[in-house]
Amino acid sequence: MKQLRYLFVFSLAIAIAAAGCGGGGQEKSGEKAPESEAPAAGNSAAASTDPKGIGKFKDVQLTHPLDEAMVKKGQEVAEVKCTSCHKLTEEKLVGPGWKGVTDRRTPEWIMNFVTNVDEMLDKDPEAQAMLEVCMVRMPNQNLSDDDARAVLEYMRKIDGKN
Amino acid sequence: MKLSHLLLTAAAAALAVQGCKMKSTESAVGGDAASRTYVAPGKYDELYNFVSGGFSGQVAVYGIPSGRLLKVLPVFSVNPENGYGYSEETKPMLNTSQGFIPWDDQHHLALSQTNGEHDGRWLFANANNSPRVARIDLKAFKTMEIIELPNSGGNHSSPFLTENTEYVIAGTRFSVPIGNQESALDNASYKKNFKSTASFINIDKNSGHMNVAFQIILPGMDLDLSRAGKGPSHGWFFFSTYNTEQASTLKEVNASQKDKDFIVAVNWKKAEEYVKAGKAKKMATEYYHNTFNEETHSATSEIIKEVLTLDPTELKDFVYLIPCPKSPHGCDVDPSGEYIVGSGKLAALIPVFAYQKFVKAIEDKAFEGEYNGLPVIKYEAALHGEVQKPGLGPLHTEFDGKGNAYTSFFVSSEIVKWSIKDLKVLDRVPTYYSIGHLMVPGGDTKKPYGKYVVAYNKITKDRFLPTGPELAQSAQLYSIEGDKMQLLLDFPTIGEPHYAQAIPAEKIKDQSVKFFDIAKNKHPYVAAGEKATKVERKGNEVHVYMTAIRSHLTPDNIEGIQVGDDVYFHITNLEQDWDIPHGFAIKHAPTAELLVMPGETATLKFTPKQTGIYPFYCTDFCSALHQEMQGYMRVSAKGSNVPLKWGIGDTAPGAGADTTAK
Ligand SMILES: [Cu+2]
Repeated sequence: MKQLRYLFVFSLAIAIAAAGCGGGGQEKSGEKAPESEAPAAGNSAAASTDPKGIGKFKDVQLTHPLDEAMVKKGQEVAEVKCTSCHKLTEEKLVGPGWKGVTDRRTPEWIMNFVTNVDEMLDKDPEAQAMLEVCMVRMPNQNLSDDDARAVLEYMRKIDGKN
Repeated sequence: MKLSHLLLTAAAAALAVQGCKMKSTESAVGGDAASRTYVAPGKYDELYNFVSGGFSGQVAVYGIPSGRLLKVLPVFSVNPENGYGYSEETKPMLNTSQGFIPWDDQHHLALSQTNGEHDGRWLFANANNSPRVARIDLKAFKTMEIIELPNSGGNHSSPFLTENTEYVIAGTRFSVPIGNQESALDNASYKKNFKSTASFINIDKNSGHMNVAFQIILPGMDLDLSRAGKGPSHGWFFFSTYNTEQASTLKEVNASQKDKDFIVAVNWKKAEEYVKAGKAKKMATEYYHNTFNEETHSATSEIIKEVLTLDPTELKDFVYLIPCPKSPHGCDVDPSGEYIVGSGKLAALIPVFAYQKFVKAIEDKAFEGEYNGLPVIKYEAALHGEVQKPGLGPLHTEFDGKGNAYTSFFVSSEIVKWSIKDLKVLDRVPTYYSIGHLMVPGGDTKKPYGKYVVAYNKITKDRFLPTGPELAQSAQLYSIEGDKMQLLLDFPTIGEPHYAQAIPAEKIKDQSVKFFDIAKNKHPYVAAGEKATKVERKGNEVHVYMTAIRSHLTPDNIEGIQVGDDVYFHITNLEQDWDIPHGFAIKHAPTAELLVMPGETATLKFTPKQTGIYPFYCTDFCSALHQEMQGYMRVSAKGSNVPLKWGIGDTAPGAGADTTAK
């Protein structure tokens, strides 16, 4: 039983590394690198392949070094609204683990997904592929733009960005 | 169409021979009725209709014109559907001076007004049995406040509002001795000791908070309904009364002796002045005031020990009686504020009083005498005129703002439209059956919305599929756009629908609260995030700080609870999205579940009686993995040495301790 669990976690970790949502990597757009401009494999008529996702964030400015005040705020927001479902490691809980997310996704995609969950889950092929794996629609936690930006900064911290 | 004419003729004929017999199941529905009430999937209704739930103690919200039930709002009765009155936070809402009272009889509703028009802020509701008045917030659709009324026997003639929501009124139906004293039950004792009170509850302009500003002590009689003046008559309140005979027994006969009872006219502005001038008497009493705090998501009860009373036999000139035939129910003020319509349940006519004449009668001292020390104005001096032979058993009148009045007739089961100016009957339609109140959207305001009249009926025999001896009571929607009223729709209601209010959807829908901001949650047992979840023991009290989010409860494993512990499950719903409540239920909890709104904390208290494993779960289907949203509590014997432990996944008490065979 224990072995089975490890096996599961291990395979998850591999899958996350590949697909970003953990679990099976056989979905149509699952293996596709987020940066890819290739059209989605007909997942939805309104499919967008924009690596920036769908939403108001078109150009998110990143700061170097990290904005530590933002990281702190991001962590506070995350601990109330996000970490019930997301581990900070690569392990999937309800949703995918956060480790590596800033490598897998553009900052705009992350911001759009967090603030425009429903439209993203309905239209964005990457988001839809994740839903097929996770089977739970990410709750719209109604983060403000500032909150979302702060959480992004926290994710960057987790990923060891500077 | 022919059928409708036939029916109208039949109805008129029946009336002529004192027909109170039921009409046929067939009804006069025009060919386009279906399309006029059809609200296509994805479309919204035009109006919110708030309908009193009668003996259910609740309020129901229907869409008009579809008649679709949108929500049941618990107000005076516990509600297992969402834990109202069962959760620790909402229990105080039902506290009274005589303890926790989880039921009442909810009769009338009043939407808050600004400048004599509905403003969509609050809805007020009365409890008839254990006298109380509630305020419901129309952003969250939640009962926010309940105030008890001292010196009241049955809070029937309430709640009715002044045109700027300065006061909500609460008049006694059953006269009782003031101060709840014991008294002999006979007519002599009734006349001497029994009184009725009209309570004026002041409403804070901004918060809506209620406080009993003063009570007017009136002679023993039954106050039935009430209506505030408006426009020129703003500053006055009118109450209908019955049992001015002051009988203590067999009221059915003994309270119907006199030809005329009264409309009690109260100059509340003058009463207010007396109170300001310090002329009211302080009286020791005890009543509860319960308020729900939006930030702590919890109600608290306050005990108030004093009430100001005014005696109109000592402080003259602010209470007058207008004779009104016979046992009036409604006393309704028209949109212009000039006319007051009395509806004598046992009278064969409808008396209409003119406000200007009434005022002049006071000036001229046109009194016919006194009743228990109160001046009685001459009937003719205040009378505008009478609607002759309108029907049988007039109950209640509303207005369309075009000079027309609509009166419900209980005995002859019909709505009659008549002209206020010349008092001529213009139209009549049958109702199915025994209509009580009726409602024109905004019909009690300065600017009725018109378009519809809704009948709230007591009996529905043969209108719906049989469901045993008890049938759903019903509302019926009629168009009043044309000269002729037209029946459009029947819809069943909860409890007994008494009165109702309706307001255009636009005035409410966009202000609807979609979730509570978790950052503003100041509940003392909130767990803002799973990191904050924990279990604490204080003697035999155990507090579980639990969170809910799609699709797990944290912690989902709890050990170290003992038989007889009072376990408080404080559930915080971490969701911040519209329409994602989570539920919480635990095996053998003898109360109900909780339904916790997004961003809210609610508490279920449970005292396990036996050792064992108690599963708990989310009751509201929230996601694909809702069924997995579950957990266990282990209950050990009293004094057991099983340590208190809790967690989920890696942090669960048994994590990593898998001892079963591999
Ligand atoms: Cu749930």
